[in-house]
Amino acid sequence: MLRNITIGQYYPVDSYIHNLDPRVKIMGTFVYIISLFLVPNFIGYGIVLLFLWMLIRISKVPFSYIVRGLKSIIMILIFTLGLNVFLTPGEHVLFQWKFIQVTGEGIYIALFMGVRLILLIMGSSLLTLTTSPIQLTDGIENLLSPFKKIGVPSHEIAMMMTIALRFIPILLEETDKIMKAQMARGADFESGGFIKRAKSLIPILIPLFISAFRRADELALAMEARCYRGGENRTRLKQLAMKKEDYKAIVIIGSLVIALVLLRMV
Amino acid sequence: MSAKTKIIELNKVSHLYSAGTPFEKEALKDINLSIYQGEFVGIIGHTGSGKSTLMQHFNGLLKPTSGTVLFKGKDIHHEEVNKKTIRQKIGLVFQYPEHQLFEMTIFEDVAFGPKNMGLSEEEIKQRVEESLKIVGIGPELYEKSPFELSGGQKRRVAIAGVVAMQPEVLILDEPTAGLDPRGRDEILAEIQNLHETLGITIILVSHSMEDIARFVDRLIVMHRGDVAFDGTPKEVFLHVKELEQIGLAVPQITYLMHQLKARGFNVPLDVLTIEEAVQVIRSQVGIQK
Amino acid sequence: MGVGMKQMVVAQGLTYEYHIRDEQGKVEQTEQALKSINLSIEKGQFVAILGHNGSGKSTLAKHMNALLFPTGGTLWIKGMDTQDEDKLWDIRQSAGMVFQNPDNQIIATIVEEDVAFGPENLGISSPEIRKRVDDSLRAVQMTEYQGHAPHLLSGGQKQRVAIAGVLAMKPECIILDEPTAMLDPSGRKEVLDTVYQLNQKEKITTILITHYMEEVIRAHRVIVMEQGEIVMDGTPKEIFKQVEVLKQLGLDVPQVTELAYMLRKEGIPISDEILTIEEMVESLCQLKQK
Repeated sequence: MLRNITIGQYYPVDSYIHNLDPRVKIMGTFVYIISLFLVPNFIGYGIVLLFLWMLIRISKVPFSYIVRGLKSIIMILIFTLGLNVFLTPGEHVLFQWKFIQVTGEGIYIALFMGVRLILLIMGSSLLTLTTSPIQLTDGIENLLSPFKKIGVPSHEIAMMMTIALRFIPILLEETDKIMKAQMARGADFESGGFIKRAKSLIPILIPLFISAFRRADELALAMEARCYRGGENRTRLKQLAMKKEDYKAIVIIGSLVIALVLLRMV
Repeated sequence: MSAKTKIIELNKVSHLYSAGTPFEKEALKDINLSIYQGEFVGIIGHTGSGKSTLMQHFNGLLKPTSGTVLFKGKDIHHEEVNKKTIRQKIGLVFQYPEHQLFEMTIFEDVAFGPKNMGLSEEEIKQRVEESLKIVGIGPELYEKSPFELSGGQKRRVAIAGVVAMQPEVLILDEPTAGLDPRGRDEILAEIQNLHETLGITIILVSHSMEDIARFVDRLIVMHRGDVAFDGTPKEVFLHVKELEQIGLAVPQITYLMHQLKARGFNVPLDVLTIEEAVQVIRSQVGIQK
Repeated sequence: MGVGMKQMVVAQGLTYEYHIRDEQGKVEQTEQALKSINLSIEKGQFVAILGHNGSGKSTLAKHMNALLFPTGGTLWIKGMDTQDEDKLWDIRQSAGMVFQNPDNQIIATIVEEDVAFGPENLGISSPEIRKRVDDSLRAVQMTEYQGHAPHLLSGGQKQRVAIAGVLAMKPECIILDEPTAMLDPSGRKEVLDTVYQLNQKEKITTILITHYMEEVIRAHRVIVMEQGEIVMDGTPKEIFKQVEVLKQLGLDVPQVTELAYMLRKEGIPISDEILTIEEMVESLCQLKQK
């Protein structure tokens, strides 16, 4: 039943955001993240939050999924907040104990950075929730291809990503099988100290590696048999093409940036 | 006739995969089954029939969603039961077992199981040598790397690795998968040899009717999580039409008998082997040599 | 010694040797996987190559689409010498290959993208690729799965996708190297029915490598290999007559064929050309009436 895992967080639903060109979404996310650093004050965050909230509504992805991404950075968040709250020097001291002081400035900065981090993660989650791994791969390949001239192997990178995505479920199933087979021979992966447990992984890792190499070998042969000879002169079934909606999205992001820049000047 | 003792019992065993999710699947439905000591049992069914799930319940790799699994009368999922002991007593050889070989030499790989049991060096050596002998691998190969062997040899080494734990029950999943006719015959002969020499209970799980029919005393047919048929191969193969509907085929010879009967020949329907068929047809066509 | 255009495959003295090296890289042993094979296969034929593991059948198959090159002799595909570097990709496009392991030949994460892989490599235009993908999926009856993820398909379905992937390159010849070895009986049936149908409808030259005798009964021609040589070559009926020889070679015959053979040994006059249950029933009925 491991076969039913979805790679990444893609939440498939038909929405305006889902149907945007992946390149626009990838670049858009970049611009969004940069714009977060342009924000001068909490009003700016208010604008960004509004923007983000609109996007989330349009994407039809349930809010709970967006928030899920925050779970993984809870520790970093607490750490950053803690650092800033307890160690920032300032004038308005609210509480002091030895070298630890809680200042008004500290709290402000902590909140400021905290909000930035949260908005950053939420925005990135939106990208992966609305763009399938294949679309992401295609988008990345396309965006990197102008850099082929300076030696960036965009096609090879995309091919590696595609193959990795294809084989992750297969290798996971295989790991499960190997584990069960070794368990049937009395292997124990749960007890013992760190070193013992690390050693107990050998009967899983070696067969897994060998299997992976064997698959790679066979796959390479199959690719050659279908006339694969690298990225030169390759065409694609689906070609990424910008539509009206994509240009509109670019304009909308652009206006966010402009709004924030204007805010800074005020 | 020796009294038949139950070695593995399944009582009202059901198994649901991914319970509560949209992917929920009932793989086993209220199974009641007993395997007797010393039996040579075949379990047959399609992919999705529940046979793999059933197999993993026998040695406790999977836990029933409801119902109990008993080994020699004791519930194997009871907290006081040591899982490792169960896995040693009920040996399981997965499909393509050669894919789990990892040690530097064959000897060390087969020793993996006994080592995990905490046996003495002396005992380990003895067991490894015995089990390799039973599967037909000679001492000249002991120090070779598993990867230097042929596919069929690797598979036998993998089986030896489980046999070396001296299980009371040995379960084999598709032991002939991927082998050519000769390799298949060799492995099945070896398994039969195991059964006769060691007297252990053997359970063969497969989707190949013709392979299984020749060797097993008892055939269990799985279909959609249920036991569809349970009896001797001769008994089971009488149900040609139902087996066909399930998508399983009886041996060609058995089909032949059914068709001959339909055409007015007075032949028994439970013929499984060519040798039997020769006798039957000879008497029908009545030609004296 | 012209190579006729009616022939899809012509082998003359085809030999393949490889060296087994010891740990220092010195040659320990030389194995001859193929020993001076002479063979010619006509366009549109359905040829089955039978043999046990190690007989050389897979090695021969890999020569046919230039994945391996002869160490002696020559092999022509559609008149092109496989050792001609300029013709390498034309050969591989003309002779497509389907491999044994369904998973290890599917590259993409969506069925239709994988079928498109071949045409993409050939630099075919996007709309034409679309057409080919749709046609190929239809030919193997997998159209409804075009948006599916391959790892959720059954073995038989995966192999059909692999066949579609080869078809999309519009080859004139398809080679299938033990395509059913890892499948269950229903998967095997799916794949074989597809392959036989393609040969009948599209007239694609088909070369099926297998060790399952029941798969070759419908072929036009059966070639049996042993230790790198062709030891038998004929129609299925001609080949399966020779029950003793086949058994010695480690191969199966259909149960009814073996039955007929044993009945003949007992003096009962049964035809030696029986391959199916129906034929046996007819034969016995006729005998009974006498």
